Amino acid sequence: MKIAIASGKGGTGKTTLSVNLAALLSENHKVVLTDLDVEEPNSGLFLHGNLVQKEIMYKHIPEWEESTCTLCGECQKNCNFHAIIQLGQQIMVFPELCHSCYACSELCPTFSLPMIRQRMGELKYRKVKEIDFVESHLDIGQEQAVPLIAQTLGYVEEHFGHDEIRIYDAPPGTSCPVIEASKGADYIILVTEPTPFGFHDLKLAVETMLEMQKKFGVVINRHGIGDDKEIRDYCKNNKIPIIATIPNKREIARLYSGGELIYDKLEDVRAAFEKIRDHVLRIGKGGRS
Amino acid sequence: MKEIVIISGKGGTGKTSIAASFGVLGGKDVILADCDVDAADMHLLLEPDFENGEDFYSGKLAVIDQEKCTSCGDCGEICRFDAIRVQDGKYSVDPLNCEGCGYCSKICPEQAIEDIEQHVGRSFISAIKTGSIMAHAKLKIGADNSGKFVAKVKNEAQRIAREKNADMIIVDGSPGVGCPVVSSLSGADYVVLVTEPSISGLHDLRRIHALVKKFKIKSGCIINKHDLNPHISEAIREFMSEESIDFIAEIPYDEVFTQAMIQGKTMAEYDDKAMQQLMNFCWEKVNYYVNQVKQKK
Repeated sequence: MKIAIASGKGGTGKTTLSVNLAALLSENHKVVLTDLDVEEPNSGLFLHGNLVQKEIMYKHIPEWEESTCTLCGECQKNCNFHAIIQLGQQIMVFPELCHSCYACSELCPTFSLPMIRQRMGELKYRKVKEIDFVESHLDIGQEQAVPLIAQTLGYVEEHFGHDEIRIYDAPPGTSCPVIEASKGADYIILVTEPTPFGFHDLKLAVETMLEMQKKFGVVINRHGIGDDKEIRDYCKNNKIPIIATIPNKREIARLYSGGELIYDKLEDVRAAFEKIRDHVLRIGKGGRS
Repeated sequence: MKEIVIISGKGGTGKTSIAASFGVLGGKDVILADCDVDAADMHLLLEPDFENGEDFYSGKLAVIDQEKCTSCGDCGEICRFDAIRVQDGKYSVDPLNCEGCGYCSKICPEQAIEDIEQHVGRSFISAIKTGSIMAHAKLKIGADNSGKFVAKVKNEAQRIAREKNADMIIVDGSPGVGCPVVSSLSGADYVVLVTEPSISGLHDLRRIHALVKKFKIKSGCIINKHDLNPHISEAIREFMSEESIDFIAEIPYDEVFTQAMIQGKTMAEYDDKAMQQLMNFCWEKVNYYVNQVKQKK
């Protein structure tokens, strides 16, 4: 079973939920936690374990082979992303704009644009007690998160079986990176907070999930910081389950700030996480969400 | 004209609340741009009128004409994005996977595939409650945010600023370090980094600052919720001095941020004298640092 943790708005508690849920689930289950927020991956800051594997991640970009090029201009025409431009007697490649579609390379009549690999980031696989933890960091200056997210998911697919519970810590937002991170998930948990920004972005996230035809539920974090009536009414009217609420406490923020887990430190937080765990396990058994 | 971009790497550190407060303090002289088009929230504080909207198109999506398709399968062979679906011998494109590269439409022997321009949302130029103008956007659900939409919003803000002879543009950026952020940084005179003293906040600050440095833009930092973890606050201040990042201010952990938001107010307007003064202080310091950068140029 694959569960993605997403939110729309940043800073609502995706990582907190991901790492604590993974830790709680791992008491009785095999868990693979994957941090797919490759632009700013934070889950690893809360999990300390042994490095099992480190891999450099590459994307493929064309490289101009001047000696065979006839400057026919096909490559420029074939690139939808303006990543190849012919300037006088030169062909220029802009790697940060390249989407690695291979069109320029494979359609070049003289094979003058072979694809070469370019580093885009780094993946780490660590074993943290009972959790298998995978994370990727996008190199600074690389602009496209999606290929690294896709390759990270590919790595997980290749290295782990299907009897584990997989948890994906998704990036914020509502566009390509979060869609890439959640499109293969069986269920999405949307984390929100009862504030105007939280509610507004929750609605965007819900619409995105509906567009993707995903099953999902909501966790309200920082419960009590504002009135959650609007969120509750909205969820009720749209038949969205509210899985649990996590209280708003300065103590939680303090524990989080130092990189500590919270589910095993505060009674009411543990209760909330048990609710989420039970919900997830019910879904895994094919029960009603 | 000066352009300031407010970013944080990590989400939820208070970027939008601070950007909108600066907008209120700057009044008519400051044009705002909400470049977090993925999850735009600044309109909730600044009451734009949404009067002046425009559709925005960007990127392509391949669509297979079933009449012309002979199910040869060539498209599926060359697609690097696993976007070609086959069901009962019929070929179609999965819009969630299609990258819009157009490779399939170029090689289809029957010319059965068309690249359709994508409607990604609407951009707006709105009058706001500060008496000034805000450029913002509504991204269509599920649409691709390549950074082009961010560039559009920014260009609109720059155009308005020139027309109105405005003194400054304040850009609210998105979380992360990828294309929307890079797009919001281009042309900036100064970057305000909003962080919080958590290991995540510091980790993300280091990454976003590395990006800002690549663009050779001078930056200053606001530590929000500074008293949450004095130890990490100290580490952030050390990092700032090592990297010559201007120290703008520290803001205490205060639920005033949320209370103001609930009333639809910025912290510069909310009925809390201490917070108003602090925002004023931040604003003055930002102006001071930006002017320094401008003088050097």
